[in-house]
Parts: sequence; structure tokens; C-alpha cells
Amino acid sequence: MSAIPPPLLAINNVEVIYDHVILVLKGVSLEVRDGTIVALLGANGAGKTTTLKAVSNLLSSERGDVTKGSIEFRGQRIDKLTPWEVVKRGVVQVMEGRHCFQHLSVEENLLTGAFTRSGNRAAIRHDLEMVYQYFPRLKERRKSQAGYTSGGEQQMTALGRALMAKPRMILLDEPSMGLAPQIVDEIFEIVRGLNEKEKVSFLLAEQNTNVALRHADYGYILENGRIVMNGPAADLASNEDVKEFYLGLSTAGRKSFRDAKHYRRRKRWLA
Amino acid sequence: MSFFFEVLIGGLLAGVMYSLVALGFVLIYKASGVFNFAQGAMVFFAALTFVGLQEKFGLPFWGAFVLALAAMVVLGILTERIVLRPLVNQPQITLFMATIGLAFFIEGLAQLIWGTNVRRLDLGIKDEPIPFLLERFDMALSGFDLIAAVVAGVLVTVLAVFFQVTRVGRALRAVADDHQAALAVGIPLKQIWAIVWSVAGFVALIAGLMWGARNGVQFALTFVALKALPVLIIGGFESVTGAIVGGLIIGASEKLAEIYGVPFLEWLVRMLFNISLTLGGIELWFAYVMALLFLLIRPEGLFGEKRIDRV
Repeated sequence: MSAIPPPLLAINNVEVIYDHVILVLKGVSLEVRDGTIVALLGANGAGKTTTLKAVSNLLSSERGDVTKGSIEFRGQRIDKLTPWEVVKRGVVQVMEGRHCFQHLSVEENLLTGAFTRSGNRAAIRHDLEMVYQYFPRLKERRKSQAGYTSGGEQQMTALGRALMAKPRMILLDEPSMGLAPQIVDEIFEIVRGLNEKEKVSFLLAEQNTNVALRHADYGYILENGRIVMNGPAADLASNEDVKEFYLGLSTAGRKSFRDAKHYRRRKRWLA
Repeated sequence: MSFFFEVLIGGLLAGVMYSLVALGFVLIYKASGVFNFAQGAMVFFAALTFVGLQEKFGLPFWGAFVLALAAMVVLGILTERIVLRPLVNQPQITLFMATIGLAFFIEGLAQLIWGTNVRRLDLGIKDEPIPFLLERFDMALSGFDLIAAVVAGVLVTVLAVFFQVTRVGRALRAVADDHQAALAVGIPLKQIWAIVWSVAGFVALIAGLMWGARNGVQFALTFVALKALPVLIIGGFESVTGAIVGGLIIGASEKLAEIYGVPFLEWLVRMLFNISLTLGGIELWFAYVMALLFLLIRPEGLFGEKRIDRV
């Protein structure tokens, strides 16, 4: 009898409270299988970012606390580790809004990503070249101060920086934010490529449901700190409710948000 | 003319002494974006510990130096643990206020341990004109000042290389830019801060020794930090080079202002109001006027990092 391998990342019934009072996640469970791209969808304030930060443990610096549940990576608990220990295990977050080191050059930004891999310069050089292969534009701009590069280039820098840590998994928070649709597609294509060739798994939080479902394998929909729906990306994309509430489509074709029946969502999902 | 050069060079060398203090500020500002109000207190603490060790236990120079350095490292690590770590990701002003409290604490601690007497610190360097220069060029330049300049030069080179080239140096600059992002890429903030406060403690020790040897080790040492302020404003808070250049500018200009500015002002007053006054003491405030001008014209300083705003 061969046992089913444990998922790469398993979040079990996690509850997060900010400032000891604000309950943001009300028991979220999700799984990321090795080698997949999982999309975490939902509106503003649904808890997408909080979920990612619970995994990377950046919550503690924002007065957030995982009060219940557990987070396991490759079968081991990681919810009590410091952020750098989590990175060492192979999970890196790319934060919403890029957060490049503005006064460092693009190349220096990338090199900081390799901080946890002390020593072995040759391997780090090699990976730098690998990142430049995925993002040729960064190679052109390697000497520029990151703060002066475009939004798309900054998103690429942030992604490349995460790659330099040689992660098994990247937590990607809102990569489409503030970018032109063309650049968004470009970035998602690269994410796909990294997933296929470098075997990096992704958990990505997105508001742009359409693009996210097109590139992901599996999806979870978060609402008000709870998972309200999950399934393979293709199923979600064809689900009537998802179409209506998140994609702005209905059986009658495109329709105004004004007509969307908000009560239905309440009734169905959060009774 | 040789008198002019004597004043100029004397001023430049005095400026290096300011730079030594300013360096400590730059280090911590670069790595954590915090203006460390306690730097002056650290200079005082370092010098007092050094003298105290020599006095109480009769240690030789290197013994006292190593122990004082160890004390500064411990102080740095404790500061990180007790003061900074709980304040990660808090507004800058919170951290700044914390360093004000820290300054008073360190001053008190130093005096609690070693007492409040003024002490003499002898490094074995004579603070008198170098005979060679005096005979040859008719210039009175102190040998002590020259050595201070060399020490500062070495220190700056080492720090500049450390920040620009090494892995840890790069991480320090990254942390200064964005704490959260630094955490996200796996830079261990607590180690980084402990390192930077220890290095700042080392710089404080050097500055404390130089200033202590010149003015005596006393409470007033904490005020040399105030002279470092205009240096930082002119040179830029984030720049090691800026600390040096700023110090040179301040040192030279205040000496020149004292020697040539005073007679000029007296003449001006006589011409305008027909009163003859005896003026003096420009040296004391000239640096701050310079700083004010810089704030108006170039607020980030000569070598400071420009705030990058994307529109």
C-alpha cells in the first residue's frame, strides 16, 4: 500500500488575529501539491495577504498572530519559525506592491535574495544568470537603481530576488497590481515557465480572477476570512457564481455590477 | 599665505574629528533608518570604559581596548534585544524616541559604573606642532590631528568596502531600505542589527579615544554628537563618504570663518553703524548656519540618498 505523499504546503484550520482583537482568518484550510500553481482569490480584505503572511511568518512584525491551526511544509510545522528560517526551508514571499530595495541596483536586489545561501559563490552566479534568462530586461537594467525602474521591471526584480533563494515554493501576492494587462500576461507566462522548468510551486493571491484562473491549476475563493469555494481552476472559471461575482459575466452575457445580487452570495456561502 | 594654509589644514584636520563621530550615526542610519540619538552617549561610554579599565585594573592599552570593544559589542547586542527587536516595523519616530531614552540610560550607566570624575586619557601621541613642518613651512600642525586623520581615513575605507562589496554590507543597505522586504527575502534582522550596533560601538570607541585624549574623558563628550549633526546634514545621513566630506567642510569653514570672518564682520559693523565692536566665537555656531543653508538648498546632503518618488 503506497501512502499518498503529503502535500508540499498544508494550511490546517488557521486562525489569525491582529492586535489581539481583530479576527481576520476564521479557520482557513488549503493545500498546495508539489509542482502546482494554486490561486487564492477574493475581494479586498478577504484575507488573501494575511494567509500568505501567515505562511511566511511576516505577520509577527505587523502584530498579527496565528492563534489556531497549523501550517506544514513538506510535512513539518513551520508556523513557529522566524521569517528567515522559513526562507531557508524553501518558501519565499513576494510581497504585494513589489517592495524592491529602492536604493540598491537591480543586480544587488537579486543578490540580497541569496542571503540565506551563505557561501558557494559559483552556484549563486549561476542562478543569477538563470534569473537573467527568464527576465532579459533585468540584465539590461542590472546597474540601474531599482527605485527608478518601471513597475513591471520592479515586479520582475521582486520575483527574481525570490528565485535567488532557490525556493521550492513562492508565495506571490498580487503580481498584477498596478501593471498594464500586457505586462501582467508577460509575468504570468514567466510564472508558468518557472513552474514547469524550475519546478517551483506557487501560491498566488490575486484580485484579477480572470488571469489567475487562466494560469493556475487549482483555486480557492476566500471571503471574509473563510474559504467559500475551491476546485480545479477550469471548474471555477466555468462556475456560474464565480462568473457572476468575480468575472462579471452571466448567462445573459456581460452585465453591470449594479445588478449583481449580493444577497445571493451571503445566503449561499455565509449562512 | 602660509598662515592661510595653516588655518585651512588645521580646520580640515579638526573636521576629521567630527567625521569620526558622524560615522557612527551614518552606520546605524544606513542599516536601520534610525537616527541614533544615543551615539554621543556611546562615545562617552566607550571612552569612559577604556579609561576606567586602565585606571582600576592597570591594563595596558591593547588589553583595555579589547575589553572596551567587548563591552561595546555587548551593549550593541543588548540594545538590539531589548530596544529594537520589539519595535520592528514601527514608525521611525518611535525608534528615534527609543534612542533618546537609550542615550540617557547609557550616560547614567557609564557614570554608575565608573564614577563622574573627569579623567585624563593618554594615548602617547603628542598634541603639539610637528617640528619638521614648523621649520620647513612655518606651519603649526598638531601631530595628534594628523594621526586622527589617518585613523579616520583607514576606518572610512574599511567601512566603505564593507558596505559596498560584502554580502552582509549589502544586506545592511537592504534592511535600511525596507525592513519588511528584507524579512521576506530571509535576511535575519536580529543578527544584522546586532552587527551594526556592534560596529557602531567600535566606531564610538575610536571616536571616544581620540576625543577623550584631546579634551579629557568627561560628560561633555556626549555633546560632540551635536557637532556631528551639521556634518550629517551637509554630507548626507546615509553616506560614509558624506560623513568625511561633511566633516572636512565644517572643520575648514568654521576655522576660516573664525579667523577671517570675525575681522570682516567687525569691519562691516563699523562701516554700517559706525560702532566698533569686538566680535568672536563664530566657530561655535557657524557649522549650524552652514547646515541650515544646506537644508534649504540640498536637503538630502551632498552624498545622501535621494528619496525616490515614482509618479
